[in-house]
Amino acid sequence: MPIRFPRLALAALLPAMMAVPAPAQEQPRSQQARTDLVLGMRLEPPHLDPTAGAAAAIDEVTYANLFEALTRIDADGKVVPGLAERWTVSGDGLTYRFTLREGARFHDGTAADSADVKFSLDRARAADSVNAQKAYFAAIDSVETPDPRTVVVKLSRPDGLFLFHMGTGDAAIVAPETAAANKQTPVGTGPFRFEGWTAGDRVVLVRNPDYDGPKPALERVTFRFIADPAAQVASLQAGDVDTFPQFDTYEALPQFKDDPRFTVTVGTSEGETILATNNGRKPFDDVRVRRALAHAIDPKMLIDGVLFGNGVAIGSHFPPHRDGYLDLTERYPYDVEKAKTLLAEAGYPDGFETVLKLPPPVYARRSGELIAAMLAEVGVRASIEPMEWAAWLEKVFRGKDYDLTVIAHTEPLDIDIYARPDYYFNYRSERFLALEEELNRTQDAARRKSLYGEQQKLLAEDAVNGFLFMLPVTTVQKAGVEGMWVNRPVQANDATAVRWKP
Amino acid sequence: MRRRMPKSLLVGAAITLAVVAAALLSWAWTPYPAEQVRIIARLRPPGPQHWLGTDHFGRDTLSMILVGARNSLAVAASAVLLGAAAGVPLGLAAAAWGRWGDELVARLGDLLFAFPAVLTAMLLTAVLGPGGTNAVLALAVFNAAVLARVTRGAAQQAWRREFVRAALALGRGPLSATLAHVLPNIAGTVIVQATILFAVAILNEAALSYLGLGIQPPSPSWGRMLGDAQTFLFTAPLQAVFPGAAIALTVLGLNLLGDGLRDWLDPRER
Repeated sequence: MPIRFPRLALAALLPAMMAVPAPAQEQPRSQQARTDLVLGMRLEPPHLDPTAGAAAAIDEVTYANLFEALTRIDADGKVVPGLAERWTVSGDGLTYRFTLREGARFHDGTAADSADVKFSLDRARAADSVNAQKAYFAAIDSVETPDPRTVVVKLSRPDGLFLFHMGTGDAAIVAPETAAANKQTPVGTGPFRFEGWTAGDRVVLVRNPDYDGPKPALERVTFRFIADPAAQVASLQAGDVDTFPQFDTYEALPQFKDDPRFTVTVGTSEGETILATNNGRKPFDDVRVRRALAHAIDPKMLIDGVLFGNGVAIGSHFPPHRDGYLDLTERYPYDVEKAKTLLAEAGYPDGFETVLKLPPPVYARRSGELIAAMLAEVGVRASIEPMEWAAWLEKVFRGKDYDLTVIAHTEPLDIDIYARPDYYFNYRSERFLALEEELNRTQDAARRKSLYGEQQKLLAEDAVNGFLFMLPVTTVQKAGVEGMWVNRPVQANDATAVRWKP
Repeated sequence: MRRRMPKSLLVGAAITLAVVAAALLSWAWTPYPAEQVRIIARLRPPGPQHWLGTDHFGRDTLSMILVGARNSLAVAASAVLLGAAAGVPLGLAAAAWGRWGDELVARLGDLLFAFPAVLTAMLLTAVLGPGGTNAVLALAVFNAAVLARVTRGAAQQAWRREFVRAALALGRGPLSATLAHVLPNIAGTVIVQATILFAVAILNEAALSYLGLGIQPPSPSWGRMLGDAQTFLFTAPLQAVFPGAAIALTVLGLNLLGDGLRDWLDPRER
């Protein structure tokens, strides 16, 4: 209240001082930029603990706003200081020494020191850990705390992505006193703290007055959950929502682009969208069949039909905007005859019946419908089976009980999933494993690039999955909002640099 | 005996016949192949090339409505016929032999009625998997329960009437009496109920398809067209109007037909 009072007084006095008969509430507004933001999201997070769930919506509320990790991934995908203000890596790539920010505090007022870091990392890699990305912590051998501001992490093997992974929401630093309650009342070290959650409607974060770093321009960020596409459009048109990142009603974009009240940005995500194929199941265990599918699918038509042109094609499991990308989009040109020939060679001159299981997102359902139509052209009769998320995760992702499915893999730099032994693609390649092992041992940037290239080529040659397109990140917002991320190197709605144009 | 046909019967029959004719027509002719995707021609407003416009994949809406009529009618008709095949004999048997069999039929019916029809159908398709055939089965279960209950009630009334009692007194067995006297006497009631159920089945099939549990793409279905059009309400609102109108018209026609038949066949007016 003492902070708020002077400004209120000023606001009341301003019109009088200027002797302009303007309505009292409008004058200050045109002078002073707004300091609150209403941000629209499609899905509500199941809870707010990023260290205990895979749902992207958790990070889309908490990442960089509420929780901090040792490092941070910025809008360009670079690793920048987070809770650790600097770090050194030993020559063998096995020892990381982090120095924490001096005045870092949790929202409950306790200091964020090396003991909290040790607690967080040990908790994430423990046997009973519920962390969704335990693999990120698998290389950690020990975490030592020589003094309150220093953390020494020793790895059992080199991990080229360690600093990147330590910047994800899964590696958020939490306090032992509050960790258990973070799902409902999250306590972090970030520039915003939790104020309230109205289930089914909104989560509100407010500026953390005790934050030791640069203060955000916004005082209050409200995350509103609007699942229905028509309601999303309406909420923007009505002005109820200021910015809608990851707006996936692509068909509505032209109307916002033509409207001067709004700005529309189209950026890149890490979402390689694939026709995931069960390589362990007939007839997809035959590379000729998988190549036939690759020839039968026209990614351009998918990008036009599903994304209304807002997306780029990929030829392997790697995003074009990342270092090491290899353009393999011409490896399997759209060619119905070629596809038929390959199918005939594989012993399916008349095609075959298969099932295409589709999770709920619009991109998956629409892509699936178009893919089924394209496969029909080459004689592959795919019947569509729409599924809810829970069923898809259990049957397809965990149970590997599927032929084909469409899904975007949104974790950054996740080509290593093809090296996982029990992953749902049922893909096994000694050569890929060898490349992955070398990649993990390699720190040299040029060598890493060429290894990534080799991996991409191998996946394309084996036509492991149908590589369709990169899921775009489209943001629709009021013209006055600036500082929102255009791209999504990690799942996040980082509001720390967002401000209203004065 | 001559009785005037109620107007609702004529109107209902006309609408229903028109829908059936559209469905039959779609076997022989549609303006475009209903499943033909042409992204470049998507979301066209109604015009000379596409009389009802095109959807988000550039498929011709009129063609989809026509083939959708066929799919809707096929699912609904199968669901009603299957339901009748199971429900009517059950109801007749319950009335004829009574006792615990009667109780069983009545209580099973109560159990099914405890849930809305769509919910039952959703539960069943969740177990069986989505698809046209399973939608038929799911809706048929509900129809069987309704028809069993209606048949049982009507048949029990018929059993108490003099001509049935007389037939029994003359030595007819329950089966013979049922076939010769009870069934013809209650046929009107059952037919009326089946017509109403047909309308309900059309609605429920649309609801299932809207939820993605009914007829699967690429085969067009009114319910799914409605669901697809929902996200385009701001850009192409007519795409939601046409399948909605088709559903409404069909259901209206069948309801009028059912009401008209009831008035016409009502034994109380004999």
